[in-house]
Amino acid sequence: MSAIERLPEIDNGLLRFLTCGSVDDGKSTLIGRLLYDTKAILADTLHAIARTSERRGLEAVDLSLLTDGLQAEREQGITIDVTYRYFTTGRRKYIVADAPGHEQYTRNMVTAASTANLAIILIDARKGVLTQTRRHSYLAYLLGIPHIVVAINKMDLVDYDQATFERIRADYLEFAATLGIGDVSFIPLSALNGDMIVDRGERIDWYQGPTLLGMLEHAPAAHCERDERFRFPVQFVCRPQRSADLQLHDYRGFMGRVESGEIGVGDEVLILPSEKRSRVKAIEIHGRSLPRAIAEQSVTLLLEDEVDISRGDMIVRTGESTLVTRRIEAMLCWLGETPLDPQRKYLIRQTTRETRAAIEAIGYRLDINTLQRLPAERLGMNDIARASFKLAQPLCVDPYADNRSTGAFIVIDETTNNTVGAGMIL
Amino acid sequence: MSALTLQPHASLSHLDWLESESIHILREVAGQCANPVLLFSGGKDSLVLLRLAEKAFRPGRFPFPLLNIDTGHNYSEVIDFRDFRACQLNERLIVRSVEDSIRRGTVVLKSPDEPRNKHQSVTLLEAIEEFGFDCCIGGARRDEEKARAKERIFSFRDEFGQWDPKNQRSELWDLYNARVHKGENIRAFPISNWTELDVWQYIAREQIELPAIYFAHKRAVVRRGGLLQPVTELTPARAGDVVEELSVRFRTVGDITCTAPVESVADTIARIIEETAATTITERGETRLDDQTSEASMEQRKKEGYF
Repeated sequence: MSAIERLPEIDNGLLRFLTCGSVDDGKSTLIGRLLYDTKAILADTLHAIARTSERRGLEAVDLSLLTDGLQAEREQGITIDVTYRYFTTGRRKYIVADAPGHEQYTRNMVTAASTANLAIILIDARKGVLTQTRRHSYLAYLLGIPHIVVAINKMDLVDYDQATFERIRADYLEFAATLGIGDVSFIPLSALNGDMIVDRGERIDWYQGPTLLGMLEHAPAAHCERDERFRFPVQFVCRPQRSADLQLHDYRGFMGRVESGEIGVGDEVLILPSEKRSRVKAIEIHGRSLPRAIAEQSVTLLLEDEVDISRGDMIVRTGESTLVTRRIEAMLCWLGETPLDPQRKYLIRQTTRETRAAIEAIGYRLDINTLQRLPAERLGMNDIARASFKLAQPLCVDPYADNRSTGAFIVIDETTNNTVGAGMIL
Repeated sequence: MSALTLQPHASLSHLDWLESESIHILREVAGQCANPVLLFSGGKDSLVLLRLAEKAFRPGRFPFPLLNIDTGHNYSEVIDFRDFRACQLNERLIVRSVEDSIRRGTVVLKSPDEPRNKHQSVTLLEAIEEFGFDCCIGGARRDEEKARAKERIFSFRDEFGQWDPKNQRSELWDLYNARVHKGENIRAFPISNWTELDVWQYIAREQIELPAIYFAHKRAVVRRGGLLQPVTELTPARAGDVVEELSVRFRTVGDITCTAPVESVADTIARIIEETAATTITERGETRLDDQTSEASMEQRKKEGYF
């Protein structure tokens, strides 16, 4: 048997998840514990951390130091930007996005949530459901994260009391019902002591469910449950006319990634927005022909007819068209430090398409602490609002709730080139 | 109650997923940037980038040239391999060297044999200006170092090549924003989400050829500060050093004066993977003498334009 075969087989793909909570909830400690207990914290990182801990006068190694990155944050002792961490178990590879909990950093949580398929929402067992818990839950819901795990942490500080856990769970469910959050799991744990993270520990025997890692190991990966209509935004057109190989002179490969659904050779397709039709002649990657391509696969499509297709066009299956529109209605999160100015034009980028856009109306601004709808004329950083846009060029869109890829867009300020907004099409 | 159960849909393995994400990123660079370039050192991460570029763009040619910033402190095996690979792919390789920057006076050395990793930034910025590149594609990974863990996949640099960690562009979904004004540029990192183990597994799966120094070989070394320092013309043994002939391999390649090998008998990719999976030490701490200087040294260098 070769060494490769003896390696733990990673057969359950990749899971991206997000942790939300404030510094005080022990979020950094939780991630540190996951990394530590899955043996991904490597020896010299530990040495460096042990030295830092000594300097700060801490007695035990502080696991939260593993997730603090930038100098400024180390000085302030808080996390101010999204950090990505990686670990692997025998079954799966994980990408953890650690988003800060402070109110002023809503944009960071929205950023981290945009690529996550599961969110761990931390609650301090002594404090229960707080305003920030509601805020985090709403944002996870808004960004379409399909699975939420509510981790009730610091059980050690409430004597591992089951009644406390049940009370918080009931409070949360009541609130989740008002939002329409469906898939929620609850777990009691102590990140500090490592109870119910990777090992069960001995102090929470009244809880029969899986450990936190157990939940992560079995959570469906994003591509298992996506919208199944085929969506293929064209990124790049390959036309190697000047190649020495004469056979390539008529080659036209449409390069992109299957954002959802799947496609097979012979399938009839529709090109948007032109609405021209053709059939898939071949699916290739690096000289290899494939009979089918599935969600999240980057491939090159060749069509039977000579159709004029360029970057920004969308290939779909006949009968499964998107909405092709010059007007969109969306939930918008403003990320820019300069407030949104409804008089100005902005750029919108959706899939591989870009168009100028004007604000048509701001329906309301949402107070994300109370979920109250308030009137608004301008939007500042971290504001979330319902807004509609008029577009210079048509976009091919699906509602975000159906498709996180074709339903999402960013807003770019042309003067600074900064990404100033994130939108989810309704 | 929870629906955390597996659905019976076809899905990608973790390596296929990473590969597909990287191809998507490379194609976004090609689609959005007018004049990109791929930084190619001959090291394993940049060799993985080249394979990903083949997957992204063949049967066409790469929509960018390759650029190597030559420190002059190289293992010749790596440089030979760099030239061999560029030629094999029939792609254009541009080489710009730190030596030339020293001659121009834009790089001033404190001592003639000091490490040149940080001076690469100057030569890189000069090359960016010379060719007007608006995007440099690099093989950096977020798992390499703390400061990198927060860097965007499309990372904005001002006209001085500076990275401002507190003022990064928001990056959501896979909607990358590569827009820049003249003189500014983007650093794009297609393998941001890969770990060292992923890289080795991919090298094995794709049977990617590597320079010989990645495999165990006998080399004269001295032990210095817990690391092994190879004895070379640039790094001769000092008085009192005990020179040992050990079986070693390199986990990263870079400036000779600050890249340390590890003791190893792994002479095949399969054995390297086995060691990597079992290893308890992260890549840079073990092999980069210059990262040990301070906890924040990488962040400092990145702010100054280092890759």
